[in-house]
Amino acid sequence: MVYVLLISVFVIASCGLVYELIAGTLASYLLGDSVMYFSTIIGTYLFAMGIGSYLSRFIGRGLVARFIQVELIVGVIGGSSAGMLFIVFAYIESFRLILYAQVIAVGVLVGLEIPLLLRILKDKLEFKDLVSQVLTFDYLGALAVSLLFPLILAPRLGLVRTCFLFGILNVLVAAWATSLFRDQIARLSSLRVQSAAALIFLLAGFAYGERLTTFAEESLYTDEVVFATTTPYQRIVITRWKDDVRLFLNSHLQFSSRDEYRYHEVLVHPGMQWLKSPKRVLILGGGDGLALREVLKYDSVESVTMVDLDPEMTRLFSSNELLRQLNGGSLRSPKLKVINADAFVWLGESTDTFDFAVVDFPDPTNYALGKLYTTTFYNLLAHRLNEHGAAAIQSTSPLYARKSYWCIVSTVESAGFHATPYHAYVPSFGEWGYVLATKLPYSVPTVAMKDLKFVSTILLPGLFQFPADMSRVDTEVNHLNNQVLVRYYESEWHDVSQ
Amino acid sequence: MNRREFLALGAGLTAGCTRNARLITGSFVGASHDIGHMLRSGSIPAPTMERRVPVVIVGGGVAGLSAGWHLARNGFQDFEILELEEEAGGNSRSGENRISAYPWGAHYVPPPTKDSRYVRELFEELGVITGYANGEPVYKDEYLCFDPQERLYIHGRWQDGLIPSIGATDQDREDLDRFEEIIAGYKARHAFTIPMELSRQDKDLLELDSVSIRDSLDARGLRSPALHWYVNYACRDDFGCTSGDVSAWAAIHYFSSRDTNQNAVLTWPEGNGWIVKRLRERLRNSIRPAALVFRVTQDRVDYYDIHEKTSTTIHADRIIFACPAFLARFLVENAPATDAFEYAPWLVANLTLEAFPMQRAGVPMAWDNVIHDSDALGYVVATHQSLRVHQPQTVFTFYYPLAGSSPKSERARLLNTDWKAWTDFILDDLSKPHPEIRELVSNIDIMRWGHAMVRPRPGFMWSEARRRFTKPFGRIHFAHSDLSGVSLFEEAQYRGVTAAQWVLDR
Repeated sequence: MVYVLLISVFVIASCGLVYELIAGTLASYLLGDSVMYFSTIIGTYLFAMGIGSYLSRFIGRGLVARFIQVELIVGVIGGSSAGMLFIVFAYIESFRLILYAQVIAVGVLVGLEIPLLLRILKDKLEFKDLVSQVLTFDYLGALAVSLLFPLILAPRLGLVRTCFLFGILNVLVAAWATSLFRDQIARLSSLRVQSAAALIFLLAGFAYGERLTTFAEESLYTDEVVFATTTPYQRIVITRWKDDVRLFLNSHLQFSSRDEYRYHEVLVHPGMQWLKSPKRVLILGGGDGLALREVLKYDSVESVTMVDLDPEMTRLFSSNELLRQLNGGSLRSPKLKVINADAFVWLGESTDTFDFAVVDFPDPTNYALGKLYTTTFYNLLAHRLNEHGAAAIQSTSPLYARKSYWCIVSTVESAGFHATPYHAYVPSFGEWGYVLATKLPYSVPTVAMKDLKFVSTILLPGLFQFPADMSRVDTEVNHLNNQVLVRYYESEWHDVSQ
Repeated sequence: MNRREFLALGAGLTAGCTRNARLITGSFVGASHDIGHMLRSGSIPAPTMERRVPVVIVGGGVAGLSAGWHLARNGFQDFEILELEEEAGGNSRSGENRISAYPWGAHYVPPPTKDSRYVRELFEELGVITGYANGEPVYKDEYLCFDPQERLYIHGRWQDGLIPSIGATDQDREDLDRFEEIIAGYKARHAFTIPMELSRQDKDLLELDSVSIRDSLDARGLRSPALHWYVNYACRDDFGCTSGDVSAWAAIHYFSSRDTNQNAVLTWPEGNGWIVKRLRERLRNSIRPAALVFRVTQDRVDYYDIHEKTSTTIHADRIIFACPAFLARFLVENAPATDAFEYAPWLVANLTLEAFPMQRAGVPMAWDNVIHDSDALGYVVATHQSLRVHQPQTVFTFYYPLAGSSPKSERARLLNTDWKAWTDFILDDLSKPHPEIRELVSNIDIMRWGHAMVRPRPGFMWSEARRRFTKPFGRIHFAHSDLSGVSLFEEAQYRGVTAAQWVLDR
């Protein structure tokens, strides 16, 4: 019986540390400033444990029953803490108040556990053995969790489910103790019912826990969110439904794996195919590595420079299995150099020149992004291209945002480029537009690269034909001091969404 | 949850749990009032050294620097600029922190008119004007204020532009249209020019100087509150006084002196500090900083070196006195009377923001953001001219002309109010459109300009008292925008260049 109880110490200690680690991790994940939250949460937690130890002296009779109840409450409160904090974070304003209140509650309860156990065991062991063994198992439990948590539990199970798992362990300890001391407990059946209820609650939490993390966001996306993170630059969300993987940046769809090849083949090949043997390529934006995948299909390419603001994008798309399958591991190419910088600023400071540039920015939905579609930007771009160079620019939809599209064409022209407009149908986006900015007049390649999924020799000329409903309209040129494009874009997409 | 909501939530949490918890650092910066006091108390040691410099320019603001620039451009190098502060630049000085450069005063120049030929020359030299198309200057895009330029917070919303349109009545619109017609009429006559000295001096025009713009509007039957607010705002913004204290001539000059109808302005993160930085570089061997000039006569300038704590006499053939005109009374022997020159006190604060305020009702953040129901002028965003797409932090420059009562009592209020109280005043004002402002600001530095700009009150613009200062005074020539009655970059430069030309002509 002594060993059984010592194993309980081990489990209890692991549970106690897990709740502490989870509170700290969750706070730094949700609130940032990890040093501050980790440190204050550990401090608060230890202090609360002290309070618990102090309070243990007021528990006199029915020691075992009290211990079991403490276990049950720790299991329920601690086990559901991560899930509850996730929900609370999204819906309640005084999040930190609740965070610390919860840390204190769990801390006090965990602080009660060991003193109570010591007292339960005091008649079964000699004092020196008792202290030595209980504390040994206490610290062993802590060690086990401190290793398991970062290496296996947090990455595999996630915070919410890990938390529920350890809540279940607490409740199991309670159930075990209930049967162990059944002849010493007055209201046995009541405790059994309580244990069962706590267990069912936690098991349910464990089963559906995964959903909780994305619960708040799920309603925004039709598909299941498989990854979501907030970087200093944007909110990255990846969803999946069967084989359709979608990337959203700040809730704007960037691609769907079902048809992204259409978008990226059309973005890259009409320009690359026209150049004799493009060697040096620049990709602005495009941290998903999908345009890069197309660029690397040309053997003549010697080096690719990718400028993407957010290091998390390139990290994610070069390390995540699922995403690496999409870009064919392009981000691991030895020809690639990734620069995490603001594209406009980098363009002004760089002295490199390129044969081909892919300009794949988000649509001009605000004045900050609108800067990337101005004469000043295209002038700088011109300086980075060789005398025969070309740039392919994603340019929103010529059908839904006709004026916006032709405004980009006019702006590219006013920067001294030959601007060649073209378009393709990408089902998840709709009819989509591009502009080829070239220093020499462009002519449609007579042959396309073989074995592409969408672009072909026969298809190529059609990309450059504009039907009447999206043919050229007169627009102003987009300048930094007169961002007409953002105004066009706003009114046109507003009309579409009506 | 997208990033914006996330930030908003974060701001809300912070606000909910730790109201006023962010420690805001900062202090008063700039002109030492002790040094000015030293001047008045007469505790400066007598000169122990002497030198000879053919031309001395007293004051390194835009007028003084422009005088030096014009002399140097014409091959004349034998001059020295004496500047009180550690750094020349005057009202156009600027600062810089880890986030951005920012202005301490003047922060933009409108595209120079044809008459402002020296401004155009300077801008060609600095690469601001890259060429001419159909006779009109072409400006470097990066120096024109990015879109959106201005917005106004009125009735709980931000509207585009500064002329009140939300809640405007038919009467407002009618009066605003009539006002526009009146201005168009003056423009068509080419009645008002920059430099102002070249303006037409027809009788009906000069008569405008005898009334305030407020009375002048009333006399024309223009009583729209929206129009009156707008004109009063313009007077506070450009002259540091309310429309009842501004000569109708000066105010109409402001509205009618520009060539184009375009609202464009040239600006930089550090405001006109960008220009004076370049002038300082060109003149670095001729500027003596920390030089407190305490006596100017027809042939000598005495100054006290604040670092060396010694005084020196410079014997000079010509002296350009490029200080605010009121200082002539204290410094220049037998100077003409300066009583007619009155000055508006201003407070300028630079606020460091760790995050942008939340986007609430109305149009997005602009360069110039004005609050309708406020005595202050709102704020200018220093990072607006940044090419960065991702700009998490910023600096706001808050402008407040103390135009409430007499300049003297307002100046006393400016100097006697402590930093904490000013900080509360600023944050209270900005919390009208941005309730979470206290959670975003980490530092507030405040510059107190006791004599920020000359007040163009009725009767002053074409007074003999002003005109006397525009003419040579023996071997001394005054040079300052004060002499034009309006505090404009172009006027300061014109006065500097005119004085320099007077030197060259001899």
